[in-house]
Amino acid sequence: MDPTHAVASVVDFHNSAKYIGAGMAASGMIGAGIGLGVLFGNYLQAAIRNPAGAASQQTMLFLGMALTETMGLFSFVVSLILIYGVS
Amino acid sequence: MAQTPAIDPMEQFAIHKIVELPSFHLGGLTVDMSITNSVASMIACAVLLVLFFTLAARREVVPNRGQAAAEALYNIIDRVLVGPILGPDGRQYVPYLLTLFAFILVLNLMSVLLLFGNLAGVSLAFAVTSQIAVTVTLAVITFFSIFILGFVKHGPKFLTLFAPSGMPKPLLLFMVPIEMLSYFIRPVTLALRLFGNMLGGHVVLSLFGSFVVALGIIGLAGGLGTVFLVPSALSFAMIVILTGLELVVAVLQAFVFAALATVYLNEVVNFGHGH
Repeated sequence: MDPTHAVASVVDFHNSAKYIGAGMAASGMIGAGIGLGVLFGNYLQAAIRNPAGAASQQTMLFLGMALTETMGLFSFVVSLILIYGVS
Repeated sequence: MAQTPAIDPMEQFAIHKIVELPSFHLGGLTVDMSITNSVASMIACAVLLVLFFTLAARREVVPNRGQAAAEALYNIIDRVLVGPILGPDGRQYVPYLLTLFAFILVLNLMSVLLLFGNLAGVSLAFAVTSQIAVTVTLAVITFFSIFILGFVKHGPKFLTLFAPSGMPKPLLLFMVPIEMLSYFIRPVTLALRLFGNMLGGHVVLSLFGSFVVALGIIGLAGGLGTVFLVPSALSFAMIVILTGLELVVAVLQAFVFAALATVYLNEVVNFGHGH
């Protein structure tokens, strides 16, 4: 095989592996999506059963949302690092 | 085939200098004092906030619109967060939390609202809060001032925060490192949450914007490519929807940052009450 051709294919393999890894890292956001669905679904269920108590728990809802979302954002950041940070 | 522009969603976060200022050396470090687009946005935000609160703080008996807006902003921190979470002892921390909230809120909103300047070819919008350096700075200032405040108020007794009471002695060996880890990861999560949300939102907006242009150019070239005008219009509709979503996220993330700072402050202010 021509040596320059071999180098080029190695670089291509490196790049494609980088993008595959970034895509796989982003799949961690599935968990955050499920978590947010559970969170808001349960809040809505409770709020419909007891509308009087719903407003007082809104701060807790947003806090829970923020903490759940962070887990998904970690995987988002990892996939960004893989695309832009790894040369 | 018509030539379409390259899609580069990260280009909008590039920092470039607007005004060149001489740099100075401090120890082994070179401190660049130039005014970049990031610094300019933050100065604009600070000026806007100071002007707004100065004009709003005339304390009239019948508040005008500006004062009503400022009071509503103040009440979000005072009545919604500090009152229920910290209690009466926490009133003295309202100024810091309000500053934090208002600064992040205005920066977030500026970065979304001023995007309309891009239609006229002026790039005014710069998402300062999607620079990780800025969010890390805000998070580190918040976290470590709260941590140091704990030692100032309670002395070395504050370290019992890492050892939950009523725990069997042998279990403490495992619990203390876990508690410490979960405590000191807080500035990281605080910074990454704001950074990730704002960056993600702006990347998605920019991507759909590129779709409108790229598909539109193919569509306008005529021939069979005309069908591409349909996804182009759909992408534009997506931008409208996502801009609305981004506005909600901008307000929510500022609120969440202030809310988490309040919750972290709660462990210091009401130390030993709730455990």
